[in-house]
Amino acid sequence: MISIKNVSKIFPSKQKDLTAVNHVNLDIQDGEIFGVIGYSGAGKSTLIRMLNGLELPTEGTVTVAGREISKIKGSELRKARQEISMIFQHFNLLWSRTVSDNIAFPLEIAGVSGPQRKQRVAELIKLVGLEGRENAYPSQLSGGQKQRVGIARALANNPKVLLCDEATSALDPQTTDSILDLLVDINKRLGLTIVLITHEMHVIRKICHRVAVMESGKIVELGSVLDVFKNPQQPITKRFVKQVTEPEETNETVEHLLSRYHSGQVVQLTFIGESAELPLITNLIRNHDVTANILQGKISQTRSGSYGTLFIHLDGAEEEVNKAIDYIRSQQVGVEVVSNG
Amino acid sequence: MDNSGKWLENVDWLVMWEATKQTLYMTAISVVATFILGTLLGMLLFLTSKGNLWENKPINTVISAVVNIFRSIPFIILIVLLIPFTTFLVGSMIGETAALPALIIGAAPFYARLVEIGLREIDKGVIEAARSMGATTGTIIWKVLLPESLPALISGITVTGIAIVGYTAMAGAIGAGGLGNLAYNLGFQRNQNDVTFVATVIILIIVFVIQFIGDFITSKIDKR
Repeated sequence: MISIKNVSKIFPSKQKDLTAVNHVNLDIQDGEIFGVIGYSGAGKSTLIRMLNGLELPTEGTVTVAGREISKIKGSELRKARQEISMIFQHFNLLWSRTVSDNIAFPLEIAGVSGPQRKQRVAELIKLVGLEGRENAYPSQLSGGQKQRVGIARALANNPKVLLCDEATSALDPQTTDSILDLLVDINKRLGLTIVLITHEMHVIRKICHRVAVMESGKIVELGSVLDVFKNPQQPITKRFVKQVTEPEETNETVEHLLSRYHSGQVVQLTFIGESAELPLITNLIRNHDVTANILQGKISQTRSGSYGTLFIHLDGAEEEVNKAIDYIRSQQVGVEVVSNG
Repeated sequence: MDNSGKWLENVDWLVMWEATKQTLYMTAISVVATFILGTLLGMLLFLTSKGNLWENKPINTVISAVVNIFRSIPFIILIVLLIPFTTFLVGSMIGETAALPALIIGAAPFYARLVEIGLREIDKGVIEAARSMGATTGTIIWKVLLPESLPALISGITVTGIAIVGYTAMAGAIGAGGLGNLAYNLGFQRNQNDVTFVATVIILIIVFVIQFIGDFITSKIDKR
């Protein structure tokens, strides 16, 4: 669906040229939800804007739905843009238009006739769950409702690709989740390819099939979301994964634990996929003469399975503790001994 | 001295009404023409500025220079400078129609700057969103830029309209007719202070009405 070949974008400047995107290669499949994660300034905004020609690459080619976006111009590009919709962090609705009229705007651009426009707007309002708010102005809506208008507007001309530019970054966690659910629903129902950029690993974990990690204009890591969670390679990826698998206070807690337990061992277990759902602890204390004290844990769901971390304190005869750890390893669970009591 | 008698004895209400109509005529035509010309110039200033749809430094510099020059010439001098142009266009320098070229050329550049400021206040993201939908520049101008800046355009033309009322009085002093002309000829030169007073009150009323209409429309259309 989308093919990015050897793409670079350099912004010329008097002091020093800024390379926003640096030789990026990427292929995104039809119907996929693809996430690009990176901190601000990593080049992800520029990258997503090259997919609908809002920015032109300095070198390389961008092909979306069979059209070479980096080459076409004028009416051909405008036509292509009707098939590649975009939603924005700050919604970018026209304040002077009602919800209905905002959603009708892309239909006016596409030259859809009045009665058809009205019917399509009604369908879209229902799709995004904004019944009853048709005649409200954007200023009367909450952030989540505004993004729903943004999504309805983006879907108006039945696009093939939906680009999400930090679409949930301005929303609270609960609203973020409801918007993400809506995106998944649209992806399933309409078979739409979704490309989203974000700095929140939570978004990636919740809805993406694959993820690319961007740093200083380059893609430093790429893979299925579960693989990246399971086995993050780059330091930046590890930091992003920690965002969702470890609560912020983990480091402090672990330090506190180390000072408190003088015997036995504190171990960190990492569960991936099905192993997260096994009754591991039960089997552990049934078969080994150890005490297991659960200290802290978290399980996260991704689109292709669950991923979790658990801190436990094992105490007992040293030999038994080591046997217990071997048993855990045999269950395909990652084990890391944090301390020796 | 003519002002020794009763209160308002010098005021000929028929003449006053004629002068009021002339002032209203000059103001109305100038406001409409300024609105159109100023919006056009302001739109060009905005579109050709850096980072916008028709970014073009030479054109922007030229328009900007012309606007600044006409904005900084004092109005009374502008009228004098425009005498050849006005005589060519209208055929005479006397009468309220002869005041129009100077009024419009004086006010439009001022309004153009207000339009440009209004357009710059539009969220860049909204323009980007329209582009991402495949809108043409024409669609962006008519369906995004103008509606989204409308409150600023209206409050701008209100301020400009009030300035124009002031300009008509000045134009009156050199023969354009209207309340300013009346106040100058009768009130000042013949020292009929009551005529000056009444002319001033009528001008004040016109100004208040313009301000009221402007504020009313702005509050009605602003849904932000």
